[in-house]
Amino acid sequence: MQQLLNGIFIGSIYALFAIGFTLVFGILDRLNLAHPAVFAASAFVGIELVERGGLSLWAALPIVFVFGAVLGLVIERLAFRPLKGRADAHFAGLISSIALAGMLIAVLQWRYGPDTRRFPPGSFPDTRFGVGGAQVTLVQVVILAVSLALMVGLTYMVTRSRLGRGMRAVAENPTAARVLGVNVDRITAVTFAISSALGAVAGVLFAINVNTAQLGMGSAIELKGLAVIIVGGMGSLPGALIGGLVLGLAEVFAVQYIGSSWRDVIAFGLLFVILLLRPQGLLGARKVREV
Amino acid sequence: MRAQLTTLAAASAATILLAACGSGEEGGGSAASGERAGEGTGDSCTIEAPVPIGAVLSLTGAAASYGESQQKGLELAAEELAEKEGVTYELTIEDDQTDPRQGITLFDEFVTSDVSLIIGPTLSNAAVQADPIAQEAGVPVLGISNTAAGVTEIGDYIHRNSLTESAVIPQTIAKATEEYGLEKVVVMYSNDDAFTESGFEAFSGALEDEGVEVAEEITFSKADTDFRALLTQAKESQPDALVVSALIEAAIPLVTQARELGIDVPIIGGNGFNNPRLMADAGDAAEGVVVGAAWNSSSDNPENQAFLEAFEAKYDAQPDQFAAQAYTGLKLVDEAVRSGCSADREAIKEALGGLENVPTVLGEFSIDENRDAVHPAVVQVVQDGKFTVLE
Repeated sequence: MQQLLNGIFIGSIYALFAIGFTLVFGILDRLNLAHPAVFAASAFVGIELVERGGLSLWAALPIVFVFGAVLGLVIERLAFRPLKGRADAHFAGLISSIALAGMLIAVLQWRYGPDTRRFPPGSFPDTRFGVGGAQVTLVQVVILAVSLALMVGLTYMVTRSRLGRGMRAVAENPTAARVLGVNVDRITAVTFAISSALGAVAGVLFAINVNTAQLGMGSAIELKGLAVIIVGGMGSLPGALIGGLVLGLAEVFAVQYIGSSWRDVIAFGLLFVILLLRPQGLLGARKVREV
Repeated sequence: MRAQLTTLAAASAATILLAACGSGEEGGGSAASGERAGEGTGDSCTIEAPVPIGAVLSLTGAAASYGESQQKGLELAAEELAEKEGVTYELTIEDDQTDPRQGITLFDEFVTSDVSLIIGPTLSNAAVQADPIAQEAGVPVLGISNTAAGVTEIGDYIHRNSLTESAVIPQTIAKATEEYGLEKVVVMYSNDDAFTESGFEAFSGALEDEGVEVAEEITFSKADTDFRALLTQAKESQPDALVVSALIEAAIPLVTQARELGIDVPIIGGNGFNNPRLMADAGDAAEGVVVGAAWNSSSDNPENQAFLEAFEAKYDAQPDQFAAQAYTGLKLVDEAVRSGCSADREAIKEALGGLENVPTVLGEFSIDENRDAVHPAVVQVVQDGKFTVLE
């Protein structure tokens, strides 16, 4: 029971991170590799808000959300928009976003130094619950709730709202969308903003979950995020959610039943098997583009 | 090589010039024996030229918290030694950024820049890779925090004043077994680091000697921060204690999450836990953590009392073991230099290997035939946010 919960908590953070990743990919067909840097940057900013600004954890979350959104706009403007006319825009954007990620991390190191940072002691409520013999902290419950709320909200927005319709239109065919009067540049920018905002919240939640923020935390989760979106089906939002949970649970149960040394082998091996059986990913469609 | 040395020397201060030329006249090999040997012995020893000492510490990166303490300890010792007459030291501290490759580069630099002795590096990991360079060049090394097995086996120039894990851990386990009546424990360690792996081996041996059953061995990576799955697994064995060999970066989240999951048994840690940041960052969760240590902060020997006072006066903070060992390290170098009254590399090596029953901050200190430290250890437990002696 405890392991199941452990897997769900960590899996929900993977999912939140991966959804930001897959949103940009699904709509714009671009892989934004500055996403992990946003993840790390927001964790440090979140800690600073709590430490220096004296904010509570929960007040810091919306600010970090906005911070992530702004960062997303910057990434789009600097790393993707100037290259959008190129024939190899897909690949060029990939490279320029890696470069931007490197710069972001360098700025973080300059601002915060290379050391591990933590929330000041006493910033977490120590309320604990027992669920079926398992121990759960209030913090974990909130992490799960925030992740789920954001994911549900996003799905609702994409499928129901006017903005979401615009996004889907761009995903289907940017040229046709432009002809039909959709402001493609605006939709693109908004997509990046939402994507990075989700990545930013995932970063803070991860830092809260383990009370640790390191410069390398983004690259540590990057591979997992990529695995999740491939397994879930590139560009599929529910696929990323399920993929994240599958990876979290696979890691936890690998420890439980096989042995801690085998955790990564088992977790990634399982993902590999899924891909062999379903090359398009769990919820990916082969031809039809999804959002 | 010689031409290079001369150009370098011409640009440097007069004292360095003398040293470098001395080395050139001898055709390399041992450094500047003509200039660095002095007259007299012990306190009356007088050496004309300043004695260059290099220190390689991890001032940034994962081990920065250890390195910072060490820097303070060394600087305090250097300050005190500067007031003593006869021998002057030129201490150069460099940062290896917790990267063994950077450590190798710095060792190379110190070896060619003609230092009499190198102190460090901070982590055993780096020592294993960088010490062979000094060994090959015939430069004595004094490790001040390397506790992994095999470091001094690199060669006869490599010494350390840090009690090895294999010396501290059996005392820790014996004391904890007696105190808590341990019968069954779970051992956790990060298996991608030389230091924590050798700590794990020492723990395994000690647990076997004490007849304590190991219910499970759990491994993780030193970069891990989420230990909940591993700890849940550990909890299922209902151990009397967790035995953990990890660096401080992993130790803090591990201890915090263990308490969160309701694991309230003692957590017995290796040397990596021996850091005041454990209490600062883990808070109440750190209560009940048991750590063996090379330095008893509450020891009332006069050297220790003087050290505590001087450190507090200079930094307005409590020293930790890393500061104490670093401070002791430079004092031991002084002892070795003065006993032979020579800062020649060979002479320091000989004198360092022969240190016996020197009164230090760490207690009566000797170097054994394997160039390892011999002095009493202490077993501590975290109580009310402080390390207190387990009795």
